[in-house]
Amino acid sequence: MAESASRPRRYPPWYNLSLGALPLPGLVSIFHRLSGAVLFAMLWFLLWLLDTSLAGEQGFGRVREIGSFFLVKLVLLGLLWCYMHHFCAGIRYLFMDLHKAIDLPGARRTSVAVLVVSIALTIVLGATLIW
Amino acid sequence: MVNKVVVGAHYGIGSWLGQRVTAAAMVVYSILFAAALIAAHPQGYAEWRAVFAPGWMKFATFIFLLCLYYHAWVGMRDIFMDYVKPVGVRLACHAVVALLLVGYAGWALRILWSV
Repeated sequence: MAESASRPRRYPPWYNLSLGALPLPGLVSIFHRLSGAVLFAMLWFLLWLLDTSLAGEQGFGRVREIGSFFLVKLVLLGLLWCYMHHFCAGIRYLFMDLHKAIDLPGARRTSVAVLVVSIALTIVLGATLIW
Repeated sequence: MVNKVVVGAHYGIGSWLGQRVTAAAMVVYSILFAAALIAAHPQGYAEWRAVFAPGWMKFATFIFLLCLYYHAWVGMRDIFMDYVKPVGVRLACHAVVALLLVGYAGWALRILWSV
């Protein structure tokens, strides 16, 4: 006890956990969790889209019609970002499990890469598939 | 040796590994699916249906969805363990997710093999 009390404090006594104060790897982490939860919550909708679009000419037309609404496009774009972010961040975590880029500069670099690449993929795929 | 530990910090290694194995499998499928989409470039129903017509594509897609369900189960369980403190509520959340995913597995089977 006396030993730990005499040791110099190496960590801040409290953390500001608000989103804006998070370092980039922290942002990637909480987005990974959020995007995963959103994808699970919307899984019924994605399965329904797959089911209906494959069920017949009529169903395919219905999905196309629903997909033409602005709000639905927005939701699909959001889900696409969720998938892309979860995908890229997940690959980053797989490499970290193999002890790649686990030092602070490396972790910062890969977290920026995840954020940029997932947004770029969302824009490219969203423009071709959704919009 | 049958020694199931239900509390403590040792029972999660299987889930941890399963989450990573399913993740890697889903990466492979995602690339495969993207390649299939680029190759087929479906414009209408017939071409979209043709993407899922081959047996191996149904098989791969079904494996992908099973991986996704197991992955989602581990992930959602982690989230509930972190944020839902009352045991009864947490158990109910786990049960809802597990039952939903079992139902989704049946749904996926029907969708794919009716193509």
